[in-house]
Amino acid sequence: MTNAATLQGHAADVIVIGGGIVGAACADELASQGLQVLVVDCQRPAATAAGMGHLVVLDHSAAELALGEYSVRAWRELAPQIPNDCAMRTNGTLWLACNEEEMAEAERKHAALSEYGLACELLSGAELANAEPSLRSGLLGALKVSGDGILYAPNAARWLLQRQSSRVAQRQAEVAEVQGNRVRLATGEWLQAPAVVLASGIYARELCPDLPLQAKKGHLLITDRYPAQITHTLVELGYVTSAHKGNGPSVAFNVQQRPTGQLFIGSSRQFDNHNPDVDAAMLGRMLRRAMDFLPGLGEMNGIRSWTGFRSASPDGQPLIGEHPHQPGLWLAVGHEGLGVTTATGTARLLAAQMLRTPPPLDLEPYLPQRFIGARAHA
Amino acid sequence: MPELSIDGQPFRFAQGTTVAAALMSSGDRCSRTSVSGQRRAPLCGMGICQECRVSIDGLRRLACQTICRDGMQVETQP
Amino acid sequence: MTLKETDHVELLIIGAGPAGMAAALAAAPRGLSIAILDDNPLPGGQIWRDGPHAQVPKQAQDMRRQLQRLSNVRLHSGCKVVALAGPKRLLLEDAERGWLLSYNRLILCTGARELLLPFPGWTLPGVTGAGGLQALIKGGLPVADERIVIAGTGPLLLASSATAQKHGAEVVRVAEQAPLSAVAGFAAGLWRWPNKAIQAITLASAAYRTSAHVLAALGTDRLEGVRVQVGDKVEELACERLACGFSLVPNTEIARALGCTVRNQAIVVDEWQATSLADHYAAGESTGFGGSELALVEGRIAGLVAVGERDKARGLWAERQRWQGFADRLNKAFSLNPALKNLAAPETVVCRCEDVRYADLADHGSWTRAKLATRCGMGACQGRICGTAAQTLFGWDPPLLRPPFSPARISTLACLDEGDSV
Repeated sequence: MTNAATLQGHAADVIVIGGGIVGAACADELASQGLQVLVVDCQRPAATAAGMGHLVVLDHSAAELALGEYSVRAWRELAPQIPNDCAMRTNGTLWLACNEEEMAEAERKHAALSEYGLACELLSGAELANAEPSLRSGLLGALKVSGDGILYAPNAARWLLQRQSSRVAQRQAEVAEVQGNRVRLATGEWLQAPAVVLASGIYARELCPDLPLQAKKGHLLITDRYPAQITHTLVELGYVTSAHKGNGPSVAFNVQQRPTGQLFIGSSRQFDNHNPDVDAAMLGRMLRRAMDFLPGLGEMNGIRSWTGFRSASPDGQPLIGEHPHQPGLWLAVGHEGLGVTTATGTARLLAAQMLRTPPPLDLEPYLPQRFIGARAHA
Repeated sequence: MPELSIDGQPFRFAQGTTVAAALMSSGDRCSRTSVSGQRRAPLCGMGICQECRVSIDGLRRLACQTICRDGMQVETQP
Repeated sequence: MTLKETDHVELLIIGAGPAGMAAALAAAPRGLSIAILDDNPLPGGQIWRDGPHAQVPKQAQDMRRQLQRLSNVRLHSGCKVVALAGPKRLLLEDAERGWLLSYNRLILCTGARELLLPFPGWTLPGVTGAGGLQALIKGGLPVADERIVIAGTGPLLLASSATAQKHGAEVVRVAEQAPLSAVAGFAAGLWRWPNKAIQAITLASAAYRTSAHVLAALGTDRLEGVRVQVGDKVEELACERLACGFSLVPNTEIARALGCTVRNQAIVVDEWQATSLADHYAAGESTGFGGSELALVEGRIAGLVAVGERDKARGLWAERQRWQGFADRLNKAFSLNPALKNLAAPETVVCRCEDVRYADLADHGSWTRAKLATRCGMGACQGRICGTAAQTLFGWDPPLLRPPFSPARISTLACLDEGDSV
């Protein structure tokens, strides 16, 4: 790797494509390691601006748990430095159980997370009602994961891009083509660097069609400001047991109260729908579900709704590492709904590979090789 | 004369008066406190600016598009 | 499906101002089912606003009476359009409920709102819109013995001044930003619209100044005075109220969401008052500012065309042309002085919902970037005030409004659910 003095013909040591939360975290991490970074972004609407900013440890697989736990811990370590306008809070997640099956899932999850060293506890129905009195009565209980949090990702990304301004340069430009470590802008100009990082979320396939990424459309709605209704981020365990299983359109209850007092309501999932417009029926279904859990929501005013696209890989884990057929092109894509959560971990896993330093986690489950084999594609 | 309550204080009104007009004629004549702590009063008078949104009988509504009714409970604190 | 719960009308009219009422009366004789929606508690729109302190003109009273007698026309007052709910179906909300209404044809008579531009002190209690003050007075706000400054542009200033004076206020200044030459030229041409000339004379006031605009509202907890530029002099006037109106902005949000073409901030219509979308018409101020007479004739044309009476509609074209001439003169005379775009100081709040200052916004380059970084436009007005101001100040285009079109209860929005759940 070169340093700033020997950039000869290079735009930087690393060009990062995409200034969302993942690109920003990668740029920040690489800059911390002493590299000169150029971030190229064309300001298209993307997942960082659209998402809920829920810092949440999921455990569908060992790899998901490992990356999530490591990443959320990294966010908490950053917290003292994070500016106020990033609205970071460690408010914890409550996973709500409506029935015996979901309570069993809460217990399984409790065991798995505890074993991994996460602070979490099971709440009975009565304890849950006490902790969150706005929830409907009759819930069986919940799993509380104390270390989870929330974050306003657009400002967090901006902060990460600006805080090492001597090493991180930003350029507003559209990238039209990527060939290994070379990048062609829409203006026709070519840029090159020893390494190029592709971190453009759902748009990455436009530049690299062999990426196995699928768009999952989601809806969100936010209310006017209200006095405190809930303290934790509330998510139904049906999120994992039933609601978002399978390939049909689905909704699941997922609500947080922002530091502004606004209730932020999700979630929906639709496959193969690339229309960014709000789908009225889907929005209605999502809100009906939210009212099932928080009956008081019905009387509150919603003020904005919007959609976003999660960029999902076949196994739900991101692709972090060098592209097997394009030396010099590094991937940080496929984070599905967890881009904000795992941005910190992604950045460190990527930097460790690029700089050949010991990685903090086993790299294997996140390597692009698991989808992009040795055989060159047509 | 019919009467409603604004933040617990009784207010008598003429039939047909809007809640916005009532708010601007009583107390500190304001409708809400802004995000940074400024007191604000109705601005557009026609349902656009949202400065006059208050709680009316428990629901957040626009004072300028609501007619006063006897016994109505109006709360200006968000 | 919940279709059985969907209400249906053959002709839906959004807005019960002059255009909407005229459209309904013109269409009604054909006997089809008509619904008029309006978000205000009483019909009349802004110009014929009713209330304890209002004197609604005879023409408006007559039209209201006629509408009440028609069994095929129903009026939903206090009712907002919240979202599109599929083709030719809308989600509505009033104080009691949310519900779905489908239609065959739609006439948009959504009117206009005031352009409110930020200037130092404009957030102080005591500052309102010019039309806003008029509306609040008609709605019962007492202003007797108050000193009032009215500033901005256009005949609305005089109308607002007249209303305030009639209710006992002392109007200490009417600051019209347009130069005397423009105003005088406009007034001199009024002989062609005789009833308008009479109005103008009735409205004239000794406090009236041309080439005059507000610089700042003064006061700490509420308005205590106003600093006004009058020609090349600056004057400070003590007052209890300041009413500002910098012209009108057509309400085009619903039209844009439906997919109707909007140009120069107004809904584009053809000679039949038809928008770019089949079966969707528009009339009145939402198609461009023109005053109540133009709105009335446009509404009648739209109502007739919507029920297939094209020959009768064609008979009204000449009258529409006449009032369009008046509107054109008016818009030319009172075009906005670019200096009014520079009234805000760095610390002036532009977004009143989120208290975002001018200095925090100016560097962001686009509405979306400014919004994401500062929360400007993320509040309850959904950018209607600050987005419109930013469009004027910075030239930023606000994006398409997504549902809800105005703040609406979650229980209302849940009516969009097409599933089996109750």
